[in-house]
Amino acid sequence: MVDPLKTGGAQRSALKLLALAVLLALLAALPFIATATGQPAMTSLATRIVILAIAAASLNLALGYCGLVSFGHAAWYGVGGYVVGILWRHHVSGEPLFGFIPGSDQLLVTLPLAILVAGLFSAVLGALSLRTSGVQFIMITLAFAQMLFFFFVALKAYGGDDGLIVRRRNALPFIDTRDGPTFYWVCLAFAVAWFLLMWRIVNSRFGKVLAGIRQSERRMAAIGVATYRYKLVCFIISGMGAGLAGALMANHARFVSPDMLHWTQSGELMIMVILGGAGTLLGPAAGAAVLIGLETQLAAWTEHWQAILGPLLVLMILFTRGGLSGLARLVRGGRND
Amino acid sequence: MTERTAEPLLRVTRLFKRFGGVTATDDLSLDVFAGEVHALIGPNGAGKTTFIGQLMGEIAPDAGEISFAGERIDRLSTPARVRRGLARTFQITELLTEETALDNVALAVQAGQGHSFRFFRDARRDRSLLEPAHEHLAAAGLAERGGVRVSALSHGERKQLELAIVLAARPRLLLLDEPMAGLGAAESRRMVDALARMKGGVGILLVEHDMDVVFALADRISVLVYGRIIASGTPAQIQADPQVRAAYLGEGDA
Repeated sequence: MVDPLKTGGAQRSALKLLALAVLLALLAALPFIATATGQPAMTSLATRIVILAIAAASLNLALGYCGLVSFGHAAWYGVGGYVVGILWRHHVSGEPLFGFIPGSDQLLVTLPLAILVAGLFSAVLGALSLRTSGVQFIMITLAFAQMLFFFFVALKAYGGDDGLIVRRRNALPFIDTRDGPTFYWVCLAFAVAWFLLMWRIVNSRFGKVLAGIRQSERRMAAIGVATYRYKLVCFIISGMGAGLAGALMANHARFVSPDMLHWTQSGELMIMVILGGAGTLLGPAAGAAVLIGLETQLAAWTEHWQAILGPLLVLMILFTRGGLSGLARLVRGGRND
Repeated sequence: MTERTAEPLLRVTRLFKRFGGVTATDDLSLDVFAGEVHALIGPNGAGKTTFIGQLMGEIAPDAGEISFAGERIDRLSTPARVRRGLARTFQITELLTEETALDNVALAVQAGQGHSFRFFRDARRDRSLLEPAHEHLAAAGLAERGGVRVSALSHGERKQLELAIVLAARPRLLLLDEPMAGLGAAESRRMVDALARMKGGVGILLVEHDMDVVFALADRISVLVYGRIIASGTPAQIQADPQVRAAYLGEGDA
């Protein structure tokens, strides 16, 4: 997002603000554009992109800013989804969860709960994983995420392998979430809020510590920073964002399954971050848009779309240096900031 | 000479550290008084950097005691020791290379102000960070270079930045690991000036190969060979010590 101090020159920062406002207006107008051009499916696709952008941006806080290469991000995403699914199931059956937690179909209840539960899970597993670093950290986050994946596969009470159907989207007061465009705007609003939060965080004192940890943990210790607790809080915030995205996705798709937690989903989120530009604010959103857009477009052409997508991604990452954000820099004239 | 009646700021008693068959620290005892410059010299591989690592808590000693300002610190973590007033520079610079020189120092100032769990205010406009950071940069001779990224700084400037960062930690004892290594003549002079200005204000343990610098700055000198201190005394005593001349000083002069 806007970074007035670093851009130097009020003109450039004003231009950036303007570009951002135009982009936001376009995104807000997207359902109308979709209807006008006779492509109503575009709204649903855009909803998916907006939701995955939240998940990717939250992974980016850990991966891009703090240098924590978590390969289990889909776990928190899936946990968020399952909170919605399980609360829906209990809402329908009328039986309280664990005998005392009533089900719910209210977004204002399910969403905060999904964020909270994803945060709790990431706190516990983060506290353990962060005792390691480097390749071990990648492997242990992957292992924990796969453990959760198999847990939900085995959880027959909630559909096991087949997943759970959420027959109707969670409700919001005064807002009809069952309407496609309306739900898109709801998701867009959450995404804007999440990106604003990320923008504040990365420029705050906390964010500066994260960037320092990425560049030299040894240096951070030498200036008196106990790095573990900062990494853990970063990991938890990152997990909460994924929980939010998962809960929105469960509502959008009206379906949750263990696939949400599968390691390929973690990989896809990583690709979005790296493709868009790790450690850049809007990069993950761009990465989500391009990856999902390409997947959809290529799949419409051929069933062997992955054979095209794979090499395409490799080329894009190889030649843009820093993903799409790097590409944007090259286009703007190679400014190095 | 420094007053010796008081308790030393740093007291190391019978420190041992072994890596496999190599004894890196062998029954090492040493103290540094407040405001004193204590130089630690010795040939390459004598265990000087390992010793600093143990003082900072980056390497755990096998045996021995380290006390700082009357308190045992040998079980404390590195950040906890830094909070008590110890700070080190790195022989091979350890900097945040994607940030500017100013940001590196501002982060050290921030770390000195307590915890950093502040998520919303913009740290880049925080005058309580930037103003002290500018001062420390100037004290290290980098007043004009604050806005430059570390990756674009020269080797000498990075060494100066190391110094500015430890100054930001407001240490009571500074552990300098070869601050002169790799510096050109002009850069060396600037560094010596900066160190001379600091002398007296904080205790300094100076690990250095440049004998001119050591004899110019040190109140006391200890000579480390194979992890063991073979001599300790005033610069004059060390210069006159036959054992030292044979083991170390002689190497260059003979």
